[in-house]
Amino acid sequence: MSDILKIKEEYLNKLKENKNLDKINQIKSELFGKNGKITNEFKKISLIPPEERKKFASDLNSVKDEIQKIIEQQIKNFETDKINSKLQNEKVDVTLPERSFNRGKIHPVSQVIDEISSIFSEIGFSVEEGPDVENEYNNFTALNTPDNHPARDMHDTFYLDHKKEFLLRTHTSPVQVRTMLKGKPPFRIIAPGRTYRSDSDQTHAPMFHQVEGLHIDKDINMGHLKGCLNHFIKEFFEINKIKMRFRPSHFPFTEPSAEVDIGYELKDGKIIIGEGDKWLEILGCGMVHPNVLKNVKVDTSKYQGYAFGIGIDRLAMLKYGINDLRAFFETDYRWLSHFGFDPLDVPSNYRGLSR
Amino acid sequence: MKFTVKWLKNHLDTNLNDKQLIDKLTNVGLEVESYESQTSELDDFIVAKIITAEKHPNADRLKLCDVDIGKKETVKVVCGAPNAQKNLYTVYAPPGALIPKNKMKLSVSKIRGITSYGMLCSGSELNISNESDGIIDLKIKKYKNQIGKKYFKSNSPKVIDLSITPNRADCLGIKGVARDLAAAGAGRLKEKKTSKIKFSGPQKIKVKITKERNQGCISFGSCLIKGIKNTESPKWLKDKIISLGQKPISAVVDITNYIMIDLNRPLHAYDADKIDQSITVRNSKKDEKFHALDNREYTLDDEMCVISDKSGVLGLGGIIGGTRSGTELHTKNILLESAYFLPKSIRLTSKKLGIDTDAKYRFERGIDPNSIEDGLLKAAELIQKICGGTISRLDLVQDEKFKKTKIKFPINLFKQITGFEIEKTEMIKILKNLGFLVKKDKQNINLITPSWRPDISQPIDIVEEIVRIKGYDQIKTEIPEKKRIKSTLNKQQKLFHLLQRSVASKGYYETVTWSFTDSRINDILRGEKQTVEIINPISSDLNVLRNSIFSNLLFYLKKNLDRDIKDISLFEIGPIFAGKKPGQQETVIGALKSGVVSRLNWIENERKLDLFDAKRDLVQSLVEAGLDQSKFYITSKAPNYYHPGKSGSIYQNSNDKISVANFGEIHPNILQKLEIKTEALILFEIYLDRINLSKNKLKDQKKKFKFSDFQKSERDFAFIIDKNFNVQELVRIISEIDSSLIRDIKVFDLYEGNNIPENKKSIALNVTIQSLEKSLNDQDLEKINKLIISTVETKSGAKIRS
Repeated sequence: MSDILKIKEEYLNKLKENKNLDKINQIKSELFGKNGKITNEFKKISLIPPEERKKFASDLNSVKDEIQKIIEQQIKNFETDKINSKLQNEKVDVTLPERSFNRGKIHPVSQVIDEISSIFSEIGFSVEEGPDVENEYNNFTALNTPDNHPARDMHDTFYLDHKKEFLLRTHTSPVQVRTMLKGKPPFRIIAPGRTYRSDSDQTHAPMFHQVEGLHIDKDINMGHLKGCLNHFIKEFFEINKIKMRFRPSHFPFTEPSAEVDIGYELKDGKIIIGEGDKWLEILGCGMVHPNVLKNVKVDTSKYQGYAFGIGIDRLAMLKYGINDLRAFFETDYRWLSHFGFDPLDVPSNYRGLSR
Repeated sequence: MKFTVKWLKNHLDTNLNDKQLIDKLTNVGLEVESYESQTSELDDFIVAKIITAEKHPNADRLKLCDVDIGKKETVKVVCGAPNAQKNLYTVYAPPGALIPKNKMKLSVSKIRGITSYGMLCSGSELNISNESDGIIDLKIKKYKNQIGKKYFKSNSPKVIDLSITPNRADCLGIKGVARDLAAAGAGRLKEKKTSKIKFSGPQKIKVKITKERNQGCISFGSCLIKGIKNTESPKWLKDKIISLGQKPISAVVDITNYIMIDLNRPLHAYDADKIDQSITVRNSKKDEKFHALDNREYTLDDEMCVISDKSGVLGLGGIIGGTRSGTELHTKNILLESAYFLPKSIRLTSKKLGIDTDAKYRFERGIDPNSIEDGLLKAAELIQKICGGTISRLDLVQDEKFKKTKIKFPINLFKQITGFEIEKTEMIKILKNLGFLVKKDKQNINLITPSWRPDISQPIDIVEEIVRIKGYDQIKTEIPEKKRIKSTLNKQQKLFHLLQRSVASKGYYETVTWSFTDSRINDILRGEKQTVEIINPISSDLNVLRNSIFSNLLFYLKKNLDRDIKDISLFEIGPIFAGKKPGQQETVIGALKSGVVSRLNWIENERKLDLFDAKRDLVQSLVEAGLDQSKFYITSKAPNYYHPGKSGSIYQNSNDKISVANFGEIHPNILQKLEIKTEALILFEIYLDRINLSKNKLKDQKKKFKFSDFQKSERDFAFIIDKNFNVQELVRIISEIDSSLIRDIKVFDLYEGNNIPENKKSIALNVTIQSLEKSLNDQDLEKINKLIISTVETKSGAKIRS
């Protein structure tokens, strides 16, 4: 028997007996280490006569492969056993709470502003803004509400000076004025923002939010106004059937003017928007008054269009079942947590306005 | 504007029922606010049953009754009536009720130490009998099922309450409302009967309107009624006055009020015997005094329109009369005034004096100047009918004639504005029914507007008249076009949107607070900014525009802490103000966080919040908004409401003049001043308008992707350096040594104390070195190592720690 076969036989037996990782590693080094038995056999190759050398090398390699394979397998087995036995002791109560993570909230007013912007974006409106502090001209006079006109009594105004030149805007309509003065028609904008009136009770807050809409172009008539608001209200409330009523009203800056009511019913004290037989006023609108267009240098022989103003807080209350307006602005942490939205919940027209 | 349907039908022949009339009113733009029976003070009194009646523990003659008032719970009432006993049905008055006999308002009160909720009433207290010895004893049979119901059954007819928009002065009279309804097809407007008054002689009191600048009266009509016997009004008139929610006074006063509501024609009746010689309508003189019918003494300014006689002011024209010449039940002779006052004059005077009356409300919206005679005739006729007397001829003093408003209405304007067409004949019919005088040619309708419609002056007004009468339901619905001409949000608006959600995703709850605040808190936070006062604040603790985003946030943080909520993260995005002019505002995010991290946590150690928590949230939000963190420059100069040693400012670039954000821990003095109690309070603010945004779209901003697969090496350095030398600078020095080799620098240790000299600190950094071109050998690495050490030592005065 050649040395090679002897080694093979001897170590195959040894490998069968040994059931311990250290022993296997010892065998590995006895065979394949620097002075290992197999290693030494390889060193002999050059001494073997050329005619036997090929067979010797071939036999040696096959023995080496065979033993090595067994050793590797055994090592893996031992490692697996080791992991398995370790796992026995690594059991954790997975019902314990996770590490802390706090996600914040988006205020309902902000969420609703984003919903509104998303809806109007789809029908080509862009967002404009204006300052919270306005001058008397932009807030009233330019909007066809002259001084000493009772229409001004409709707005309880906060003033910043005794001459009543500077004030907190009572509506978002001055953004119409600013937008039209700085640009050229056509205009198709919405302007959401804070508005202020010195009025405070259960249903009025001294600060609230409005979104203004303005669409000025050639041949824009009341039919377009109706269509636009009809589209908006259906999209916003995410219902297909909704009763809507346009009825005549008066605003100095639009003519003809309208107020829009939507149908609702009360179920268990909760307002259900849609088809009930009660009416709820939700916005004011109309065709922009020619006097306003003249004030902002729009050529009334070529251009006309509509404007509307919607109370954002009111919309948020209706859609999300919030019944106290004052609570919007009182920063009750529990309220914010309850009515706030996940910041990842960005309203969009492809993912949907709301979940 | 309130009236009954019955009253409306005095002017309107109609077949419509009440509900149809209500709908019609709404459809023509006269919004019905409510349609219900007039509420009465007597509604409060309800039928009740005494469940138990026990002796009052502290008073022998009082009883403590448990009373069933038809609600879930019974109420406790202390009662002194001898007949108060178990199972008695009687009348209960809740707290807030007004007792008819003595006009006392009930409140919850303690009677001999026992709280009594309301009262059980005697017949005398309710003014229904003289019985005052005991409480009302109701017949069980009749009232058995009435517990909780009103005791006084309301017979008053339902009243329509209209909300009249300021343009529709004419509809402040019932005739005007009827006219609109008739035009809209709800019936026929009843024509007035011609008056059958027999006049006796001229009106002898001379009236003069002075010609002066800003004269507020243009015409003054009057008549004298002599020998009347003023009296209580007859029932029909009383009922009308009551239906308005007013109290009948006397026939003369009630009639003038009746005409005002009926025809929108305010009148005034003077006791003619109290007028000193003649009447002059003139401007007031400064500091003239006048005692008005509301029992207040007014000191007038100049240029207020007054009706006066030789002895002084009789009344403020069109606003309020005076006590000196007021009518009373014994008045024999009256002068009836029906005048036209200019809206502007009325408004200025009433605003200055702070008076609001029904007459003022009407005159300032514009009264029909041609209704002077109608009003006088109708009132005089009624007075004569009820009070007798003789009526003088009417006297009309007129300063100028009223100009008629003429409008040339282009027919096609209607379709252009409303989007639908109606026949010219129908337009004309509507306009005629509304009182317009109509002449037409081919393209136009030539109109003279009715004198009662001062709001109508141009063609667009005519469109509105026609379309509202025709009905808004006729307007078509045009499907909106889905075409975008401009991107929805501009760069700045996108930044707002992104940062808002970005901060929220760091655990902060967004809130919205007032743009105004309490000046006392504002002063702590306003820095150099000027205070912006509100002249007429809603309350004294919301009296200034906020100079800082934190005033309200801190206020509400405290409120929440007081609710025993401990770890609070709040933020607001909104305006802060630097002045009272438009544009002196900027948009800011303010965020604050209180308490500890990992409170009551089984796996993480609890620790106080610190400025690096704030810095993490801030920097991360800025990065998410698209800012380049590698360019940030940070200083320790935050505003003075921050902890002076634990706060910083972030500049977008090292050479920027203004910072875009601040962060840190709050100044402890503020916690003390505002009495905020929490373990820690950190805050940050972002000034959105100061952020410089790249003009390029993201697609143009991305640089070419470059990377190296050559081996990278990491080397650790520890430097001992001046305590005041900041890490930002140290990192900059190293990164500038060789940007082609130094990939990354991490600060992994800061140490002060033992083994480190005072005023020094040890900073340990880990530097990643990698070449884009080759694998670096030991020599290359040694070279850069040495360069790092030598450069840092020369530039910063640091020493490598061995």
